[in-house]
Amino acid sequence: MKVLGLILAGGHSESLGPLVSKRASAALPVFGKYRAIDFTLSNMVNAGIRKVGVLTQYNPRSLMDHLGSGKEWDLDRKNGGLFILQPYVSAEGSYWYKGTADAIFQNMTILRRGEEDYVLIGSGDHIYKIDFTQVFNFHFSTGADITLLVKYLDETYDLTKYGIVQMEDHRIVSIEEKPQNPRGNLAFLGVYFMNKYLLMELLYNYVTKGENDLLNIVISQLGKLKVHGYVFNGYWRNVKKGIDEYFRINMDALRKEIREELFYKHGKVYTKLKDLPPPKIGSSAVVKNSIISDGCIVNGHVENSVLFRGVVVKAGAVVENAVVMQDTMIEEGAVVKNAILDKEVLIRQQGRLVGKEKLAVMEKRAVL
Amino acid sequence: MRRVLALILAGGHGKRLGVLTEKIAKPAVPFGGKYRLIDFTLSNCVNSGIYHVGVLTQYRPHLLISHIGIGRPWDLDRKKGGLVILQPYLGGVAGWYKGTADAVYQNIEFVDEANPEQVLILSGDHVYAMDYNDMLDFHILKNAEGTIACMEVPLDEASRFGIMLTDVESRIVDFEEKPPRPRSNLASLGIYVFNWSFLREYLIRDAEDEDSSHDFGKDIIPRMIKEGRQIFAFKFSGYWRDVGTIRSYWESNLELTRPLPPLNLYDRHWRFYTQTEEMPPAYCAPESRISNSIISEGCEIRGTVENSVLFQGVHVGEGSVIKNSVIMTGTVVGKNCLIENSVVAERVTIGDEVQIGIGDDAPSALDPEVYTGLITVIGMYSKIPENVRIGKNCVVGVGVTEKDFSVKELPSGGFILRGE
Repeated sequence: MKVLGLILAGGHSESLGPLVSKRASAALPVFGKYRAIDFTLSNMVNAGIRKVGVLTQYNPRSLMDHLGSGKEWDLDRKNGGLFILQPYVSAEGSYWYKGTADAIFQNMTILRRGEEDYVLIGSGDHIYKIDFTQVFNFHFSTGADITLLVKYLDETYDLTKYGIVQMEDHRIVSIEEKPQNPRGNLAFLGVYFMNKYLLMELLYNYVTKGENDLLNIVISQLGKLKVHGYVFNGYWRNVKKGIDEYFRINMDALRKEIREELFYKHGKVYTKLKDLPPPKIGSSAVVKNSIISDGCIVNGHVENSVLFRGVVVKAGAVVENAVVMQDTMIEEGAVVKNAILDKEVLIRQQGRLVGKEKLAVMEKRAVL
Repeated sequence: MRRVLALILAGGHGKRLGVLTEKIAKPAVPFGGKYRLIDFTLSNCVNSGIYHVGVLTQYRPHLLISHIGIGRPWDLDRKKGGLVILQPYLGGVAGWYKGTADAVYQNIEFVDEANPEQVLILSGDHVYAMDYNDMLDFHILKNAEGTIACMEVPLDEASRFGIMLTDVESRIVDFEEKPPRPRSNLASLGIYVFNWSFLREYLIRDAEDEDSSHDFGKDIIPRMIKEGRQIFAFKFSGYWRDVGTIRSYWESNLELTRPLPPLNLYDRHWRFYTQTEEMPPAYCAPESRISNSIISEGCEIRGTVENSVLFQGVHVGEGSVIKNSVIMTGTVVGKNCLIENSVVAERVTIGDEVQIGIGDDAPSALDPEVYTGLITVIGMYSKIPENVRIGKNCVVGVGVTEKDFSVKELPSGGFILRGE
């Protein structure tokens, strides 16, 4: 069985504010050295998928730069490999993707030409580690036409922002998108697995009639096709759900059990290499409950924080409860608390950036 | 574009690194938290724009070869040129490399095929940052046939090096390999540029000489100078270390933890590339205390780390203290341990309450030439059971298991090797 991986990475979310003003949400940096898309891409590669199409639309530059030729995921291949599928202009006209189904429909060639029989569709915004081969096995052993990944979400998730699923045994009987009053807490996780020809048929039948959303198409088939739910029990979060959620996801990695699950279970997470030296902790430094990445030089006080690659914290500076992205510099005596600093930010000597009820956020290359 | 081929001599054993090179070639010895020694020379080559590199291997090459692979981390996986491993082979007069010069002699056909104007002969086990273009420019400016990079060293250390005497034009008039009474402090760094046609002739003559030990420093270069050829000394004043002994290895690593170390690993315009395992960034727990140290990806620190270099994936348990030590990739230190003045090799498991490097110094009962004092060395893959106490200047061999520890105490200067 050969599986084609498709990753939806074109989305944009207003709720992420300045963090996504210059990048797609799938390119959001997480956990010191990764970007959100690394998780879905690594999950696919670790499951033996050798051909992956990434559908991009919104501000794809940093995403494309990150993915490159797919070398880090062993996807720089003669057969298969990584395909960036962006909206294009052709003799018939030019069309931005109008939705998830339309995005795949406009790239029908990758479905038509490939030798794969099955398609796994995921999102570049989701942070989780999964053994997809278990999903494939479930799909076949339960005789499903379409398998969706679902999860019982606890009170830390805002259920009104997810698709809430009703399931009888394996079979999904209804899905309500972002319900005001959710009936239950079983949510759809944005992952589809199905036969490629079934997908092509559905797209031809519905996208041509103006339905551009893949989930709506699947909902319309609930009575006709066997749409099954594979219940995932591991850690799963969506970076696109807002700044607080993004911050929380990064902080989650300070917990041992979550690090073990995300970084060591079901294979590794691959990402673009930067060839930086290991971090150096100076003689006056205090580092507590924090993630410190390659190329960092820490001489100040860092607590409950995630420092990305190449961050410099100078002597006397204090960084607490902060997500500090690549190559940001925090100079002598500065104080940063409850904050997200994007890449290449400069906090000058004695600068103070302290978030209160709301996190303080500094845009890329901002100076304080 | 210059036609320069680099040949990296990477076949050495590095005997004076003791158990650190028992299973691996010296150029594969880990250094500086994530690198192996050969990374520095390879990175210098590509940073200098030299993309055709032969690596000559001989002693225990497996780990070295898997580290280098096809040269991908250095962008040396190329259609033209790139990286080539040159191992000893059979056929004709070929066989094991008898010396550094013989190693190059046996690969004359390879070099002829590449057809370079100059060959750069390098060593795979030195740590330094050098733009070879400066040396090549000097070589051409001087209209030299050969150029040797050199550095001024303290006179009392000069007898460890090849020492040269030069005239006012920097031309070398005399060269002595490891002289007991050095007449100068200008030491060869084992970095040579030769015009290929010139070197080729000397290699052939050397191969025919039955009295020769087939070594660049002992035979080839003294002969060139004796015959009055145009050999020049290129003075290098940057950072250069031959980490040939356990002491110098340990010191050079710890030197990197200083506030402004002489070797700048953080220079974005002169990066050092390496092949590493994909690991998440380091995590420092609330109870950790880290100062003056390098900690690498995949590390999980719950104890105290001072003046030390920790490689990738090192775990330090609660209550443990690591001081003035080098701990290599994948080593796991249990709880409430004390490790001081030690070099712990790759993938060692250390049980709880273990103490290493304690007590007074004593001469080594294993090999006082190699283990010259103070520093305790733990070989790769060894397992040290809980509550063991190990003194200073001790040796725990490669792959030692719990069974080999019949006693709970290894006094200073002692050793434990793997039992059968």
